[in-house]
Amino acid sequence: MSAIAPKFRFGYFIKSILDNAFWGVVILTLVGIPLVMILLFYIELPVLDNQKLLDPYLAFTILADPSRQVPLLKSLMQTDFFRIVAFPGFGFAALLAAGTIFVERKLLAKLQLRVGPFYCGKIEGLLQLMSDGIKLLSKEIIIPAKADKPIFWAAPVLFVATAAAFVALIPAAGGGWVVADVDVGIIAVFAVIGFFPVITVLSAWSANSKFPFIGGIRALHQMVSFEIPLILSVLGVVILTGTLNLTEIVESQHTFWWIIFLPIGAIVFFIAMLAELERIPFDLPEAESEIVAGWLTEFSGMMYGLVQLGSYLKLYAFAALFVVLFLGGWSGPDVWPPFPAEIVEKGIEMGPISAKFPGLPLLDQQMLNDVLWFVIKVVGVIFFILLPRGVFPRIRIDLLLHIGWYKLIGLAFVNIFIALGLVYAGVLGPEGIL
Amino acid sequence: MTTQLPPGLEIEKLDERIMTLNVGPQHPGSGHMRLIVKVDGDYIVSCDPDPGYVHRGEEKMAEYRNYITNIPHLERPVIHDSCNILYPYCLGVEEILGLEVPERAKYLRVIASELNRCVYTQYWLAIYGIFLGHSTMFMWPAGDRELLIDALEKMTGARVTHAYFVPGGIRNDVPANFEDMLLRRVDYFEKRIKEYAAIFYDNPILISRTRDAGILSREDAIRLGTTGSTLRASGVDFDVRTKEPYDVYEELDVKVNTLKAGDSYARSKIPWLDMLDSCNIIRQAVQKMPKSGSVRVKLKPNPKGGNTEVYKRVESGRGSLGCYIISDSKPEPYRVKMSVGSFRNLICIPYLLKGEKLGNMPAVYWSLNYWPVEADR
Repeated sequence: MSAIAPKFRFGYFIKSILDNAFWGVVILTLVGIPLVMILLFYIELPVLDNQKLLDPYLAFTILADPSRQVPLLKSLMQTDFFRIVAFPGFGFAALLAAGTIFVERKLLAKLQLRVGPFYCGKIEGLLQLMSDGIKLLSKEIIIPAKADKPIFWAAPVLFVATAAAFVALIPAAGGGWVVADVDVGIIAVFAVIGFFPVITVLSAWSANSKFPFIGGIRALHQMVSFEIPLILSVLGVVILTGTLNLTEIVESQHTFWWIIFLPIGAIVFFIAMLAELERIPFDLPEAESEIVAGWLTEFSGMMYGLVQLGSYLKLYAFAALFVVLFLGGWSGPDVWPPFPAEIVEKGIEMGPISAKFPGLPLLDQQMLNDVLWFVIKVVGVIFFILLPRGVFPRIRIDLLLHIGWYKLIGLAFVNIFIALGLVYAGVLGPEGIL
Repeated sequence: MTTQLPPGLEIEKLDERIMTLNVGPQHPGSGHMRLIVKVDGDYIVSCDPDPGYVHRGEEKMAEYRNYITNIPHLERPVIHDSCNILYPYCLGVEEILGLEVPERAKYLRVIASELNRCVYTQYWLAIYGIFLGHSTMFMWPAGDRELLIDALEKMTGARVTHAYFVPGGIRNDVPANFEDMLLRRVDYFEKRIKEYAAIFYDNPILISRTRDAGILSREDAIRLGTTGSTLRASGVDFDVRTKEPYDVYEELDVKVNTLKAGDSYARSKIPWLDMLDSCNIIRQAVQKMPKSGSVRVKLKPNPKGGNTEVYKRVESGRGSLGCYIISDSKPEPYRVKMSVGSFRNLICIPYLLKGEKLGNMPAVYWSLNYWPVEADR
């Protein structure tokens, strides 16, 4: 076996980190400072009460004052904008999705006795995804001549939008850290999931090409037939908790995770989830040796990139839904130490040196704990979603429908009866002993 | 405008439900060939293989070169199995020119051809894996095959296009300590390929997918003239190495693996069993090989044969591989005709795929142990 990749050396590792940091600083300086200069040139600066011009320096001093800065950031974090763009919404999900792609590549490479992405980004191919994105952006978008252009254009955008809507319904931490806290959360989730087959079939049909058409029909079969066991397996959890709100479902698992009582439901949900995500062994709609790339065949450039982004957002959302329903969401023992009140108020004093931390109460301890547990659990579930890709071949459509309609639905009903039994025996449920 | 299209390209309007798919030549699920598949929903109504995209006229080229310079280009159809495709040609030329091959060269030929059989089968197995969507099964054989390629490189001097067999023996003797290195590599290789059973051959999804897909009965296999692993998977114990032993195969213990089922699972398993058997053959050959001696007889430049014709065949990675040579007392052969296993197995495709599901197409097509470049020559 010839080793192509160089050996890992700590010195190279440190050097590569410093190199990346260096280029970051260089780009920030070369782009950021001129940008600020240009902006300031065009802005008409107001005059303060004491006949003093509000110059940029003064503006920065006012903003950087802790007494103003902390409330400013806190109020920003309470806005809907922050929730949609950054924390439990799109930014958080996209970050985890990007991490998923990196882990998937390296994990699969380790399973298959190869190295995986190595050179791009200098540290184990960290920036490979970025270079792929730039490549896709720079590629020409080719649309088939006979395609129904408006629908064909809309399909990738709709796909990402639907995936983002799915992400918006998932609560990521206690205390209302969710974009849309819907009382009928589970029904809303399934309503959003119901859009995916429609978009898939529309895009496949609008391409007016044979292989996407077959792929779209396969995707329709697969998604529709696996949605039924997916919904039925969740019914057990709903029976036990008596609510459809996802945040309340998480709070009901404070003492026990539902996977302890409903293991069959969790397995059914997981398998149906793999099929909904079109992951191996259920990647029939994209089976490359049969139908080229299935319903993605005619997408090129960033349209393809958008569909991939949407599918990885969907992967995160499904993994998070599994965590919320069966693995207790963000509940877990406190691992993040509470901030000592003295340090928050007075700072640290060591002889002549003293340091103040005005930004510390920005994130409360409870939220940090919740996010930590939530991310750990989601990453664990994503790992199990990725693993079959290295182990299983692709399944055939008749076997797939057989599994969906015959085995999984039967198991889902068994799961419902277990849940009903637990409620009627008085073990669990609204008035249960546990 | 009524232009006459070549066969296969015209659209037959059988029914409104029938859709014609061109699988190949630019398709990830075809080799250098095309399958014209007509589907009704998910079922294949008819499948028409259309080879010929990589036809290079090897047989015609052979008529303009002398017996020795024919060697490097005749191995090109299957560069992964280059020793085996040269084997019948060399045996035939030896008979035409009346050459006696030294004993050591015969054993080294057996070792090289068995190593090449493993290298080819690993490549074939890798593609079978990725055709079924099993990417680990693509990477493992492709990586493990490097072990034997390195051994062959030490033996012949080239990684794939060895041009190792020449009329009258082999080109060069092996380096010192070659036997130890080879046995070490073969032992490790055998250990590795036994691990494939856990991830591939015993995989429940693979079994459910390929079992009972494209069943070729024993009678049909004989009637259609299939050969090699396709024939042996249908229960016929035909192997040229035991039926018509050439060189030193009669002194070696060759096991003929047969399975009764005749489906694509059996067809995919036979080459794997053959690889395990090849490891045993290599060990036996290394043990029985004379430790020293010449490996090639001296040839005059531009040797000429008499007015004869000769047909020789060997067992290649894809089945019986025959070479028919006509000599007309000139330095160049009058005609070289190669009868390859790939083309014989290709004829099964329309029979096997009719009525199958579209998802079975790659599983059945590639299980036939078919190499498009060899079929076109």
